[in-house]
Amino acid sequence: MGLEHALGDSAFTTTIDSAINWCRKNSVWPMPLGISCCGIEMMAFAMPRFDVSRFGAEVFRFSPRQSDLLIVAGTTTYKMATVVRKIYDQMPDPKWVVAMGACTSSGGMYRTYSVVQGIDQFLPVDVYVAGCPPRPDNLLHALIMIQEKIQRGESRSTPMTVAAERAEKQQLLQIQGINN
Amino acid sequence: MIQNVVQKLQEKFSPRIISVNEFRGEFTVVVKKEEIVSLCLFLRDHEECQFDYCSDLCGADAYTPENRFEVIYNLYSMSLNHRIRIKVFVDESSLHCPSVTSVWPGAEWPERETFDMYGIVFDGNNDMRRMYMPEEFEYYPLRKDFPMMGIPDSIPLPRK
Repeated sequence: MGLEHALGDSAFTTTIDSAINWCRKNSVWPMPLGISCCGIEMMAFAMPRFDVSRFGAEVFRFSPRQSDLLIVAGTTTYKMATVVRKIYDQMPDPKWVVAMGACTSSGGMYRTYSVVQGIDQFLPVDVYVAGCPPRPDNLLHALIMIQEKIQRGESRSTPMTVAAERAEKQQLLQIQGINN
Repeated sequence: MIQNVVQKLQEKFSPRIISVNEFRGEFTVVVKKEEIVSLCLFLRDHEECQFDYCSDLCGADAYTPENRFEVIYNLYSMSLNHRIRIKVFVDESSLHCPSVTSVWPGAEWPERETFDMYGIVFDGNNDMRRMYMPEEFEYYPLRKDFPMMGIPDSIPLPRK
């Protein structure tokens, strides 16, 4: 991500890339955005019982400048949408976004004029978490999926690297092969 | 006793009171909107009333040709422990209602909320801004003719 633009698409850079991605995925720094009740489950996800530090993501930063994973946990109203987008824009690249819970992913039970029907209307979302609110284990699963994405070098917010594109194509072919 | 309060109101404001209704010991007094401030002052200051707390103030949309909107005041007396509900009709032709912030300063925010949701302007409230919706929003969402999912593109979203 970034490196290969400087060094070109060689065997050396892809190896460095995967090493960097391995480091990156084991030290995700989340930016918690607990806007409503999902925030409580997100706190439980950081606490000793579920213990997110097993996956190296225990450093919750309350500054978007120091984080690379945005967890949007809660109902996002139109008024809040500009704030969420602002926080997202302040995060340095590369960055990933988790839409936690039904409200964040689709508006959930709030089918009204004031709630955005899914934050993907104004943000690129990497992983959606189902549930109302989702259990902390569910969010852990989302984190593991994010880690897999990081290892592959994928992020919805930044253009894909050559290696990641190749990997995704291979994966798609595999899935199609299974379906056929 | 709340019955005495209602009796006192009827004695003092009888031509301006539109109706008095009792349901399970709760009294609702409908009054002309020009009279609301003096009636509230009376309720607050009379020794048998002492309604020192405006516990809630809200609007309602009946969607009728006449007297479409209502403003409802729920009052409570902390010292005498009784409640009363006052109603005022606001017609669509003049969406103005006298403010009771001079009686209970705490009514300021509920009045702003009523303005935000129904578009009723409270004369005398010095801070008639929107409460929940964005400042540039042009509609009043709790009116009956407002669609539940809102009006598309009425609130701008940040660009993707």
